[in-house]
Amino acid sequence: MTMSEQTPETTAVAGSVAETAPAEFVQTPSQTVGPFFGYALPYDDGGDIVNRVHPVAIRVHGRVFDGAGVGVPDALIELWQPDEFGRISDELGSRERDGYTFTGFGRTPTTRAGDYTFTTVKPGAVGGADSSAPAYALVTVFARGLLYHLFTRVYFIDEATLSDQAAFDELVEADALLKSVDPGRRATLIAVADGADSYRFDIHLQGESETVFLDFD
Amino acid sequence: MPNETPTAPHIASQSTISAEIAAISAQAKAATAAGAPPELQARRDYPPYRSSTLRHPTHALVKADPEEIERTSPAFGHTDVDDYEADLTVQHSGEPLGERIIVTGKVLDGEGRPVRNQLLEIWQANASGRYVHKRDQHPAPLDPNFTGVGRVITGDDGSYRLVTIKPGAYPWKNHTNAWRPAHIHFSLFGTAFTQRLVTQMYFPGDPLFALDPIYQSVVDPAAQQRMVSQYDHDVSVPEWAIGYRWNIVLTGPKQTWMEQDDDHE
Ligand SMILES: [Fe+2]
Repeated sequence: MTMSEQTPETTAVAGSVAETAPAEFVQTPSQTVGPFFGYALPYDDGGDIVNRVHPVAIRVHGRVFDGAGVGVPDALIELWQPDEFGRISDELGSRERDGYTFTGFGRTPTTRAGDYTFTTVKPGAVGGADSSAPAYALVTVFARGLLYHLFTRVYFIDEATLSDQAAFDELVEADALLKSVDPGRRATLIAVADGADSYRFDIHLQGESETVFLDFD
Repeated sequence: MPNETPTAPHIASQSTISAEIAAISAQAKAATAAGAPPELQARRDYPPYRSSTLRHPTHALVKADPEEIERTSPAFGHTDVDDYEADLTVQHSGEPLGERIIVTGKVLDGEGRPVRNQLLEIWQANASGRYVHKRDQHPAPLDPNFTGVGRVITGDDGSYRLVTIKPGAYPWKNHTNAWRPAHIHFSLFGTAFTQRLVTQMYFPGDPLFALDPIYQSVVDPAAQQRMVSQYDHDVSVPEWAIGYRWNIVLTGPKQTWMEQDDDHE
């Protein structure tokens, strides 16, 4: 950062001390969400990105694990995704659901066992049906003990592709992130079908199956 | 409760925690002096904050180019938040106890542009240092007239203004005689989801800063100051409330403008 990025505007504060002025547009540091967000951040139907009677509704669920393999009971998970056609919503109403409008955003706290559940749709590929890249939702993890949130992606890949090495390799080739990830860790990014319209996506903050977390720049 | 409290024989004293904080801070200072770029963010692995031990990734984060979904953010607006939610002192039939304060500022991006019409959420302890949350066992009184949750949609210039009560410091179980400096929790969305931020706003000159491993997990002194509000006499309202100003900058997880490896891991 250079002096030219300083803004006089934010320093023009009566009684301010020079070194405490946020004089540059440098990012504000993160701090943990702590243990007491439960009455503030979760909201009614936060995990229901669509209603469960939606014709193509799916369940996305899993457990958040710490490095000892114990479920994390005070995590908060957010999902942000396009709809089933790959469209990104700009509709209001993520906090005040009307039961019909797709906003693409969901938020839910983990249970005592460390479990979370979203009702949503399988995201479509942004860029349309002819896109060969696999579709995914962006996952954000907050927790007590986690000083800076973590981003990851949950990819939805059909079973036929997962069980066919050549098809899977081709799909990995089409996705810059999957391609760059150590092949041994790719599975941590892929939802596992575990029932009718149900997908499991566990999140390991640490440990042998540590989830691949992302650094965007 | 798993990991909730270190077991008694292993609970550290403040002097042990303070020594750990000092060692890490000396190391960071030496690295900066040797030419390393300042660390702008909190360290995820910060041993003095005991709960971080089993909850930080040990692999380096994988660099990813943000795709369109990550370069956008959910839209929030008047249908999501009521106007009265910006005033935490009017949510009950009576007035809450404590020092009435105004907290105001702007939410900006890394270019100094306003982050407009976005959701800002806060939560905090009451004047006695007690949260309404059921897991808060601090034997300090609840205030029937204070919940401690607020929301506001930023204005066209990125500005926000909240009316609340100055939160009290409160004890926690990281180590013996551990006290959190007074703070307000903030949650923010930017124009891109990669700018998402959850943080805490502190009050100037708090003597607990030096002792608090959460505050100190941001090791760079200049970066620490970016979490501290300033008293602003122009914000104070005569005969009514004390004013603090705090601007928030959302630039996403990028560490610096220079190439940098995962030294925060
Ligand atoms: Fe707190």
